[in-house]
Amino acid sequence: MVITSRQEGKAKAPAAPPREVTKLQELVYELKIDQVMTQSVITVSPEDSMRDLKEVLRLNRISGTPVLRHGELAGIISIEDVIKALEAGEIDATVGEKMTTSIQTVFADETIIQAVNKFGRFGFGRLLVVNRQGELVGVLTQGDIVRGLLRRLEIDYHEEEIHRYRASHIFEDIVSDQTGLILRYKVQAQDFARCGEAASKLKRALERLGAMPAVVRRIAVASYEAETNLVIHAINGGEVIAEIQPERIRITAIDSGPGIPDVEKALQPGYSTAPDWIRELGFGAGMGLNNVRACADEMHLESKVGVGTRLEITIKL
Amino acid sequence: MTLGEIANKLSLSVQAASESLDTEVTGGYASDLLSCVMAKARQGNVWVTLQSHINIVAVAALLQLAGIIITEGMSPDPATLQKAKEERVAILTTPHTTFTVVGHLTQLGIVGTE
Repeated sequence: MVITSRQEGKAKAPAAPPREVTKLQELVYELKIDQVMTQSVITVSPEDSMRDLKEVLRLNRISGTPVLRHGELAGIISIEDVIKALEAGEIDATVGEKMTTSIQTVFADETIIQAVNKFGRFGFGRLLVVNRQGELVGVLTQGDIVRGLLRRLEIDYHEEEIHRYRASHIFEDIVSDQTGLILRYKVQAQDFARCGEAASKLKRALERLGAMPAVVRRIAVASYEAETNLVIHAINGGEVIAEIQPERIRITAIDSGPGIPDVEKALQPGYSTAPDWIRELGFGAGMGLNNVRACADEMHLESKVGVGTRLEITIKL
Repeated sequence: MTLGEIANKLSLSVQAASESLDTEVTGGYASDLLSCVMAKARQGNVWVTLQSHINIVAVAALLQLAGIIITEGMSPDPATLQKAKEERVAILTTPHTTFTVVGHLTQLGIVGTE
C-alpha cells in the first residue's frame, strides 16, 4: 500500500532569546509610591521669608519643600528659588511670593511607574504625594525611586540566593554521575475540565525543588500550552514528560496522532485548526506554540500525519 | 490596592476564595483567549474576562494572578467555583461589560503591564 498523504515536518526554534520582563520593569509596576517616598515631610508656610527657607533647606539638607497654608497644599519652593531671590536682592520676600503654585501630585497608592512617567513628562525634581483625600503624605524624588528599587532588588536577590542554595542542595545530596528526576503526566483527550493539571503539578514540584520563580513561570506557561495541545488535538491523549536535571529541564509532549500536516504553518501566530466549540471555551487562539517558543531556550517539534507529534522543550534552570 | 478594595469600589460580587481578597494587585489584563492570557498576564494581575469555564482557574493558578473578574453577568458553574476554592483563586462577577470594568480599574490606578 502506498500512503500518499503522508507528510513529514521538522522545525527548530530560531535562536531568539526567550521572552523576559526584566525584574526592574516588573518592580516599577509593582512597587507603590508610599513604599519608596520620604514620609517625614518638612514644610514651610507662605508667610515665612526666603531667608528662613534658606535655613530650613540648609539645616535639613534638602533642596526643596512643599508650602502649606493652614495645613493645605499651596505650592512648592526649591533652592533654585532661593538663589534667584538672592540674585535679585529679594531674600526678605515671602515664600508665598516666590513659590510655584502649579503643583504636580501623585497618589500614595499608585505604582511608581506613574511617578516615573510624570518625572519624564514634566522634568521636575520632586513630586508631592497625596492620599485620596488630597492630604499631603510625602515627597518623592527620583533618588527615592532608585533607593526603593535597589532596596527591593536586594531583598529579592537574597531570596533568590536561598532558592538557589536549596535547589543545588537537593541534587548534591543525591550523588551519581548524572542525576535526573523524571515526572510523567498522562493527559486525556478532550478533558477540558482537567486541562492544566499536569502543568500545575509540575509547577508545584519545581517550587518544592527550589527552582527560581521566574524560571518556574516560564516552565508553567510552556508546559500548559503543550498540555492544552494534547487535550485539544491528540486523538488518544498523550503524555507530558518532564526530565529535570540540575542545570536544565526538558519537557516532552508526545501523542499518537493525528499529526500535524504542515509544521511551519502550525508555528505561525494565530494559525489554528481548533473547531468553534473549542474556541468558545477560550482555547485554540493559535498562540500555543508561539507561547512555548517564547518561554523556551530550545524547542523542537516533530510530527508525522497518522503517526503522532513530539514537542520537546528545553529550559535552563 | 488590594483585590478586596477593588471589589468594594466596583461593587463586584465575590463568588469564590474570599480569603484571597487581601492580595495586592500589581496590574490588570483583559482577554477571553487563554493563550493570550498565558503570554501576557503577570503575577498579581487581575484578569477581566467573560469566560467562566473551569480552565480559567488553571490559568490563574499557574500565573499566580490576584483574581478573575467575570463580566456581563456570566455565572461560573459549580465545578469552576469548587476548583477556585481549592486553588484559592478569587472569582468576582459583575453585570457590566469588560470595557466598563477595565475603565473603572484604570481610574483606580490599575494599569496594564505592557
